[in-house]
Amino acid sequence: MTIAVGVSNLNKQFKAGDSVIQVLMDITLQVKLGELTMLVGPSGCGKTTLISIMSGILSPTSGEVVVMGHSLNRMKDREKVLFRRHNIGFIFQQYNLLPALTAAENAAMPLIAAGIGNDVAINRAKDVLQKIGMSSQVDKLPNQLSGGQQQRVAIARSLVHNPKFIVCDEPTAALDAKTGGEVMQILREVANDTGRSVLIVTHDSRIHQFADRIIEMNDGRIASDHYPALVEVKE
Amino acid sequence: MIKIAIKMLLGDRAKYLGLVFGVTFATLLMAQQVSIFIGLMSRTASVVNDVTEADVWVMDSRVRYIEEVEPLRDVELTNVRSVPGVKWAVPFFKGLSTIRMPDGLTQQVQLIGVDDVSLVGICPKSYMGDPESIRHPQTAMIDKNGYKFTWPEQPFKLDREIEVNDNRLTLSAICDSTPTFLTFPTIYVSYATAVQITPQGCNKMSFILVKSAGTDPKVLADRIGKQTGLQALTQDEFAWRSINYYLTRTGIPINFGITVFLGMLIGAAITAQTFYIFVIENLKQFAAMKAFGVTNGQLLRLVLTQAALVAFVGYSLGIGLTALFFKATSNSPAMRGFFLHWQVMAGSAGIITIIILISTIFSLRKVFTVDPAVVFRG
Repeated sequence: MTIAVGVSNLNKQFKAGDSVIQVLMDITLQVKLGELTMLVGPSGCGKTTLISIMSGILSPTSGEVVVMGHSLNRMKDREKVLFRRHNIGFIFQQYNLLPALTAAENAAMPLIAAGIGNDVAINRAKDVLQKIGMSSQVDKLPNQLSGGQQQRVAIARSLVHNPKFIVCDEPTAALDAKTGGEVMQILREVANDTGRSVLIVTHDSRIHQFADRIIEMNDGRIASDHYPALVEVKE
Repeated sequence: MIKIAIKMLLGDRAKYLGLVFGVTFATLLMAQQVSIFIGLMSRTASVVNDVTEADVWVMDSRVRYIEEVEPLRDVELTNVRSVPGVKWAVPFFKGLSTIRMPDGLTQQVQLIGVDDVSLVGICPKSYMGDPESIRHPQTAMIDKNGYKFTWPEQPFKLDREIEVNDNRLTLSAICDSTPTFLTFPTIYVSYATAVQITPQGCNKMSFILVKSAGTDPKVLADRIGKQTGLQALTQDEFAWRSINYYLTRTGIPINFGITVFLGMLIGAAITAQTFYIFVIENLKQFAAMKAFGVTNGQLLRLVLTQAALVAFVGYSLGIGLTALFFKATSNSPAMRGFFLHWQVMAGSAGIITIIILISTIFSLRKVFTVDPAVVFRG
């Protein structure tokens, strides 16, 4: 299985007044294509900082980050933006859909940002929305959609430009168990059936069953890293 | 991206309307007040500008503006006529007189006496009757506004009698002259009649109107000044001197300036604040856009598109309302001659552009500096 993201000896410090807070300490891990990886752990353990660095939004204090064979350390800020545009998909806890745009327009945003014409981008977004069961909602505004439907639009937005690495921040936190399960099923299919790497940060233990791999963090370090299916087989 | 920008803006109706209102308000206040100011200032020189035939105005050297009349000796007319380059020179009377109204009250009027033969200086636009009839003794022509002022709500009618300085004159014509700054009715008579009905005195001639025989008016004016010792100004010079007198000696420009400044300030404040709030409320969306690969340059274009749309709609509405105001009040005597100048439209557009750019700059700082990582913070 090919590596989607690799980080080695990663450290991140934040300055808070006169003091320095060490958020990540010497993290080394690899996230593979075709896997749904969950990053779990208590609040403040560094999960969000880690995915921010892995997706090129934050820069590490030290250590190296390689995404799809490209070292983010050597990229300038603008290069990182353009890299994200083509290689990384994002799904946020609060969906972050533009309220004035329809589902299809929201899903098409990464393509429009990449300079693809509106009509082509929206048609491609509609195709993706159709694949995740949203064909009848493509022209609806976010406030006309349920939470689960909005998250599906966000999933479509993360897939529309065909990235290999999808980063999800608490994708089910605002959803009930049933809807959360449906969303997770889609994300699992994205990882397993299309060969993408899906990395999910979550507090929601109800969705652990969908993970191929669970990495647990504590106090800025990796506390455990295991494949639940393999554990079950061993047991 | 432009379509997205427009949809984002129009999607928040309340803020969009607030932004458009701010720009419309600023445009309306600026364009309307500046146009009225220009109209008022033009009125200060309306007597000069209404005389279309003469190139040069000759007057006493102490005269500072059109309302300040120092009578000239009759011999000065001959002196001016003798200056080389003068095609013709005629006397012109301008003064304030009193008429007795039908109800017995008295009313000040502006009395204009024009050359008996050539009628140079007469109101150029006739409304009713024959302007040339004022050549007859004891006849007069009144301007339309003056008629309405003197005989309110009465139809226009000739052959009415008016009493000027206890002299009875018959109204033989009505004209459509440019309103004056002081808004007194204007009565046109022949120069001979003017001399006859104004109080006794040696000198009655207010100005001498001169036509150049081909010489540049400025050169001719200088020549007349040197040769006669009088003050000679081209028509433009005299009109601007009258306007400048009001600009520098009255509080009118300051008053209008304050109103225009407040219009700009309030418009800028409303627009900048609303635009800022609009951007701040969308900051998380902008951060998300940055996260999935929208560059600062694209966000700049997006925000500028929104700003340009607000400026265009608000400015168009403001200018439209200003034009509507002047159209609606065009028949009011107090507002006659006031209109929206293209220079005012262009100036307002420039100021609105500056207001919008300032508003945008404040908002853009936030957009450029927002950390895309905020989208991961719940």
